[in-house]
Amino acid sequence: MNVEAAPAPVGNKYSDRAVGERRLGLKLVAPAVIVMLLVTAYPMMNALYLSLFSYRLTDPAGREFVGLRNYSVVLTDSLWWQVVQTTVIIVIITVVAELILGFGFAMVMHRIIFGRRGVRTAILIPYGIITVVSAFAWRYAFALDSGFINQWFNLGDMAWFGSRWSAIFVISLSEIWKTTPFISLLLLAGLAQVPEVLQEAAKIDGATWSQRLFKVTLPNMKAAILVAVLFRTLDAYRLFDNVFIMTAGAQQTETVSFLAYRQMISRTALGLGSAVSVLLFLSVFLIAAAFIKGFKVDLSQVRGG
Amino acid sequence: MKQRHGWATVVGAILIIAWAMAPVVWILSLSFKAGDDINNNRFWPTRLSLENYETVFNTPLFTSGLRNSIGIALISTVLSVAIATVAAYAIARLDFPGKRTVLSIALAIAMFPAVSLVGPLFNIWRTVGLYDTWLGLIIPYMSFTLPLSLWTLSAFFREIPWEMEEAAQMDGATAWQAFRKVIVPLAAPGVFTAAILAFFFAWNDFVFAISLTSTDAARPVPAALAFFTGASQFQRPAGAISAASIVVTIPVIVLVLLFQKRIVAGLTNGAVKG
Repeated sequence: MNVEAAPAPVGNKYSDRAVGERRLGLKLVAPAVIVMLLVTAYPMMNALYLSLFSYRLTDPAGREFVGLRNYSVVLTDSLWWQVVQTTVIIVIITVVAELILGFGFAMVMHRIIFGRRGVRTAILIPYGIITVVSAFAWRYAFALDSGFINQWFNLGDMAWFGSRWSAIFVISLSEIWKTTPFISLLLLAGLAQVPEVLQEAAKIDGATWSQRLFKVTLPNMKAAILVAVLFRTLDAYRLFDNVFIMTAGAQQTETVSFLAYRQMISRTALGLGSAVSVLLFLSVFLIAAAFIKGFKVDLSQVRGG
Repeated sequence: MKQRHGWATVVGAILIIAWAMAPVVWILSLSFKAGDDINNNRFWPTRLSLENYETVFNTPLFTSGLRNSIGIALISTVLSVAIATVAAYAIARLDFPGKRTVLSIALAIAMFPAVSLVGPLFNIWRTVGLYDTWLGLIIPYMSFTLPLSLWTLSAFFREIPWEMEEAAQMDGATAWQAFRKVIVPLAAPGVFTAAILAFFFAWNDFVFAISLTSTDAARPVPAALAFFTGASQFQRPAGAISAASIVVTIPVIVLVLLFQKRIVAGLTNGAVKG
């Protein structure tokens, strides 16, 4: 390799080989870092910039600098707070349900010997399926015209998408179905790390099943549980596909992502929509920061390391 | 593990399989319902019909969507896995500052809400002519396929016994032989797994697909499905949407059946140190 003379101070401290290795390393990771930053940081900066303007795509001439006015418009609008509320409710419902269900799945997958492959294969199907397909499947199952749920449970002509809570219920079901496999596989990996010796010792000491669960299993899985909850919370917070397909935001089921999309793409209000985007990004950032600080989730320990 | 199967485990396993399969079987059943049968309010069709499949394969919205989905998902997967392989190799094998920073950047970007990028990209793509093109989707897809591949691959590469390459060279293999005969077979499963996971994500995308396309030129299937609804040529879009859904689910099921073990390893390897 044709490398120019290394800077003297570095050359004194490290051998030529080490310098070469450092340069090669940086060169090899450079494309990945540059692409990742170009496709996210640059558009994000652009969103930040656009959010300071009153700007509609349909009226480019009317673009004017308004400072932080878009933010004050969004934050003082009750719609924004309602959308945040809907999003948070769905996040809580889905993450709690997935954690419980996922833990049950992980326990079964951990213990099973016969049919292990079958269960793991089955569980990966919801994981790999397109979210939009899942949304349609659940929507049609609950729909008045094509659905079978009302017949099965003798609910007459209950209009599931006609009111807020029942619509949120179906949206959450689809989300839970699709993403529980991910959580359960993370928890399964966590379960595998709980030392078998501890379980045996607790058993010999006469600990009951629930004592072993709460005193031995769960504390030893803390890292896996926190990582699973963090990933799923951030993922659920950007919920979009299910809402789009099932209600298109009707019956007060709009989520933050859907609001941003509607402002920017449907209404072409790029300034206002960008402000919503920036707020969405900030909330995701705050959730992650709160987790990492509050629960001391050490991602570098758990992931990558 | 010496535990014997309790009945709870067996029942649990059956419930998991039923739970995972039910919506798929339901949409499959719906796809075989023709005409008024769609609204029979039952789980199963009264009579099997392939009508919906004929309809979707004669609908340009779907056939071009399928072509776009396959092309865009494959290209963004190959590009991101290629870039990520080089970077993950460096992270695993070379000593240089900022390794952890690179992985942290990847993690932060993987958490990024896609919708936040949609507005600015919509604006930029319209001015540079990338709106409604393959490249206009491939680029934003890299925002999730690349960090995902980088994570998966660096977790895999950490486990590879790299010193075997030197051992082979000591035994008289040339550098190229050592690389091809020792390193490639060790690294290939990881690369392949990263590619499957990246493909799933690209195949699944809806946010970018619905926002950055407007015609058959680049619109992938998930976005096309949303346009089936209310399209006048379909009297009952539910049947056609179900048939189209089954078609795009087939690749997922094939990959899962063939590579179940690798996918599980890929999902958990990077996430929780084993």
